Amino acid sequence: MLIELKNVTHIYDQEQKIKALDDINLEIGEHEFIGIVGHTGSGKTTLVQMFNSLIKPTSGDIYVDGIKTTGKKPDLNHVRQTVGLVFQYPEHQLFEETIYDDVAFGPRNLNLDQEEVDKRVKVALDLVGLEYEDFKDRSPFNLSGGQQRRVAIAGVLAMRPRVLILDEPSAGLDPQGREKLKGLLKRLHQSYNITIILISHRMEEITQLSSRVIVMDHGKIVLNGSPKEVFSHKDKLEKLSLELPEITEILYRLKERGCDIRTDIFTVEEAVDEIINVVGSQNYVN
Amino acid sequence: MLTDITIGQYVHGDSVVHVLDPRIKIIITIILITSLFLIGNFWGFAIFLSFNLVVIKISNLPFKKVLKGLKPIVFLVLLTVILHIFMTRGGEVLFQWKFIRIESEGLYTGTFMASRILLLIMFTSLLTLTTSPLQLTDGIEYILKPLKKIGVPASEISMMMTIALRFIPTLMEEAEKIMKAQKARGADFESGNLIQRAKNLIPLLVPLFISAFRRADELALAMESRCYQGGKKRTRLHIMNINRRDITALILAIALAVVVSFF
Repeated sequence: MLIELKNVTHIYDQEQKIKALDDINLEIGEHEFIGIVGHTGSGKTTLVQMFNSLIKPTSGDIYVDGIKTTGKKPDLNHVRQTVGLVFQYPEHQLFEETIYDDVAFGPRNLNLDQEEVDKRVKVALDLVGLEYEDFKDRSPFNLSGGQQRRVAIAGVLAMRPRVLILDEPSAGLDPQGREKLKGLLKRLHQSYNITIILISHRMEEITQLSSRVIVMDHGKIVLNGSPKEVFSHKDKLEKLSLELPEITEILYRLKERGCDIRTDIFTVEEAVDEIINVVGSQNYVN
Repeated sequence: MLTDITIGQYVHGDSVVHVLDPRIKIIITIILITSLFLIGNFWGFAIFLSFNLVVIKISNLPFKKVLKGLKPIVFLVLLTVILHIFMTRGGEVLFQWKFIRIESEGLYTGTFMASRILLLIMFTSLLTLTTSPLQLTDGIEYILKPLKKIGVPASEISMMMTIALRFIPTLMEEAEKIMKAQKARGADFESGNLIQRAKNLIPLLVPLFISAFRRADELALAMESRCYQGGKKRTRLHIMNINRRDITALILAIALAVVVSFF
């Protein structure tokens, strides 16, 4: 197991005893792609910050790559190298004079030699689709918002994490930027074998990318399973005021109107096939 | 960690002290602080302290919180006492060891000064603990009003103060977020010598300043697009009224100031 949480509880406000996380048990393995959903304040961000030990839980144990991060003097450098975290609006953390230096900040903190740092910065910028030669000497503050975000993500990728956590990475991006980001995540997961944990409010993103979906509410994990499993609990999700992916919603509506149709479909292509299939077989013309 | 700083933080309440007119409270504070410097012996301080305690009692403030506010000045007070004890000469010799000599005058002046500083901070913190920042700046604006005639931009000053106070928690939150983000990239804010530590703060300070400037810019634009203009003809949501309670409080304060000044 890459990350393991055992009975983790986190109390946010000691006086009022507000629980940000309530008795969480969770295991995350190699090569998973996990989507986390839940409305604002459900504990998603707190949970992922536990993964690389930025927050210590009030009680419970956390293991990252075999290291007990809740124990005495854990090797935090190793933990943070293993688990990379891209915060919300990561472009707000840029600070160096050149893009090269900013991306190199992480690797340099790992005390790598110049050659290795060079290599990592090149690869990271290449991954996020920024031409190394064109961008390395430019100031990160003269870029567009979308480009800034890519530089920030490159800064985390340069740490070569085995787990990459992204907290609402598509917030504020235009449709094109979101597509590019999706492509990047897919590539990282498939070609580089990185475990990815994605927090998002866009169900389409979650269902198209993840192999496992975790639904959080009031600091608890309420649903945990494959997208098909999780999105079959329509009523439960509605109670938490979470939406279904639009495509799935359409299929549910068709079913309500008496159409015998599958509802565990999340892509337009599959939905088209299924609708034609059903309509064709029943001669449904209306 | 950063958000733990609580100096002069407003404690919500509805006691008599809370509902007093902020202008009167500011004036009372000024009068009593002045009197604090006129007090000549410990009897005056004792009276002042008991008055102070009574005010804390009727304003329902948690006593712990008031004491916590004194923490940041403990060092200053101790330094004052120590300097006076060892440096001030006069009176009889209480203690002598080689070149170290303590004389009674030093001991007396040291404790005297310490009491003065402690009471000063304690009393002024009562003002900020019982008056919301908004009321406070409103009050300051009113008091500064006469100065407008000689060109002091009173309403602008108070608007600046309001904005500054409003954004302290926001900036704290931002700082904590950036700190975490840089820690996630292996930044180290906790170890190293002083110079090293100061250097390590750059990844925190640069983004923090940039976001503060951006925020300021956005706020200015938002205010301008709502046609904000300071100064003349602005009416306000909460109109301050002085009533009998305020007058009574003011008279009491003046009386106290006169009495303690005689000691």
